[in-house]
Amino acid sequence: MLNNAITDLMTKMADDELIQGHRNSEWTGLGPVMEEDIAFSSMAQDKIGHSWALYRIIEENLGGRQADLFAFCRPENEYKCCHLVEYPNSGYDFSLMRHFLFDQAEAVRYESMLESSFEPLQQLSRKVKGELKYHTLHANAWVMQLSKAGEESYDRMQTALNEIIALAAGIFEPGKAHEQVLIDAKVYPGEKELYNRWLDRIYPVLVKASLNLPALESITPAYGGRNGQHTPYLAPLLKEMGEVFNLDTAANW
Amino acid sequence: MYGGGYIFEEPNNRQVREEKIHDEPEKLAAFEDRIARGEKIEPGDWMPAEYRRQLIRLIEQHAHSEIIGALPEGTWITRAPGFKRKLALIAKVQDEIGHGQLLYNAAETLGKTREAMINDLLSGKSKYSNVFNYPAKTWADVTVIGFLIDAAAIVNQVANSKGSYGPYCRALERICYEESFHLKQGHDAFIELATGTPAQREMLQDALNRWWKPIMHFFGPPDKTSQHSEKLMQWKVKMASNDDMRNQFLDMYVPKIWELGLTLPDPLLRKNAETGRWEYSDPDWDEFFRVINGGGPCNEERLQVRKWAEEHGRWVRKALMKPTEKHTLPVA
Repeated sequence: MLNNAITDLMTKMADDELIQGHRNSEWTGLGPVMEEDIAFSSMAQDKIGHSWALYRIIEENLGGRQADLFAFCRPENEYKCCHLVEYPNSGYDFSLMRHFLFDQAEAVRYESMLESSFEPLQQLSRKVKGELKYHTLHANAWVMQLSKAGEESYDRMQTALNEIIALAAGIFEPGKAHEQVLIDAKVYPGEKELYNRWLDRIYPVLVKASLNLPALESITPAYGGRNGQHTPYLAPLLKEMGEVFNLDTAANW
Repeated sequence: MYGGGYIFEEPNNRQVREEKIHDEPEKLAAFEDRIARGEKIEPGDWMPAEYRRQLIRLIEQHAHSEIIGALPEGTWITRAPGFKRKLALIAKVQDEIGHGQLLYNAAETLGKTREAMINDLLSGKSKYSNVFNYPAKTWADVTVIGFLIDAAAIVNQVANSKGSYGPYCRALERICYEESFHLKQGHDAFIELATGTPAQREMLQDALNRWWKPIMHFFGPPDKTSQHSEKLMQWKVKMASNDDMRNQFLDMYVPKIWELGLTLPDPLLRKNAETGRWEYSDPDWDEFFRVINGGGPCNEERLQVRKWAEEHGRWVRKALMKPTEKHTLPVA
């Protein structure tokens, strides 16, 4: 029971990072300035690297499938990623705001696992925390800079925040029966607690940037992803991601 | 990657500029002495206007080749098979963008801003390596680019890193260091396909057949038709002749391809044991010039993508500008 719950938790974390990493990697060659191109490529490598590490823990410690096969050859409804990461990059404003909200959530999540009772996750969290520090530094700096750089830029940031907040709240979709098992076993503190810590983290940055956090009572978090119900954007992404690998999954590439 | 050996220039401008070289004979003689002694020229040093112009053109084209060269491979990042290849490819393409950044900085020390260079790229005034006007159709194409195009670029860049302009040489030293890793990842992925399933081998052979002509074009037209003056060699702007670099490349890599049981689509390709030089069929230089002048299969697409990036990123660049800040050129 506990192992299933841990597998479930780690699968959704890994799927989030794999898909977000995929989206980040789509900026390679297309960024608004070369330096941002490079930054998003860097974060793509980190995210995809984290997902790989998580899939390998599932494989090695929890009897899961081989990491490449698990990552690239599952039917769509077996992916557990949240809707936020599935959305296409759209413009830099959307991508940046998503990066800010997602990476703050990641930081809160991995920090909460520094004391996890599940040893492999505890170890991984220590490593990932150091990398996420730079992701959040990057996100904070850019959100701040662009929000203070004139009307157009400010409006874009506020509009992106308004558009994304419900999607971002969907990161913390309750994990049903599994979640209480994980909380009781001290694997992690649960989604509700992480959501509150996340709000504590993003709020001061938004205030400094003079951005208005939309009233949270009025939003409907985008749930469903953790149960395999996805936006129409995921299926084509998965098809593309597995295009070569699925030509022959038994071959070495 | 990715600088090719060929420096494009509109032919009708040359005559006038050759004359200008001789404006200040004493300074020129001292400058040429320094280069002959192997000294590096630095941004604040006196240099003939023509030297500056040629270097800007060379470095700028090299920089454009890096960022345009990121596109054909970049489209395969999202499709790369498995974690290992995916991570390696993102890192590699990211490096190429980083090389572009280093090179634009090096060119800026000569007095042309990055924005001006990008504008010239988008307007078609400034060129980039021809090889990126061809499509990367399959995963095997990515391995051919990563192995053979990177290998060809290294031949060119190692030569150029011994040139006379300090900032360019220093940028190239770092670039070559990273390129040697790119070559390894390209070679590794190439070998994986070459020693893989029949379908993988077939995919690789097909890619090799399609890329051979652009690879032969990579170092530019034969020396006997090349329009570049000896002056560029004397000034150590151009460090090796097109034919010499091509020969060096063939010498190093054709045996590696043949060793794997793959073929190259040129029945005349052979090394002449007496001269030590490689012989090959005419690789259709008309096509080379057609492509460089905009008629290749992907010229338009590549520039469209760059234009998209420029247009959609404009508000961000505008937001970064502060009215009180003045543009200053980097010193090195």
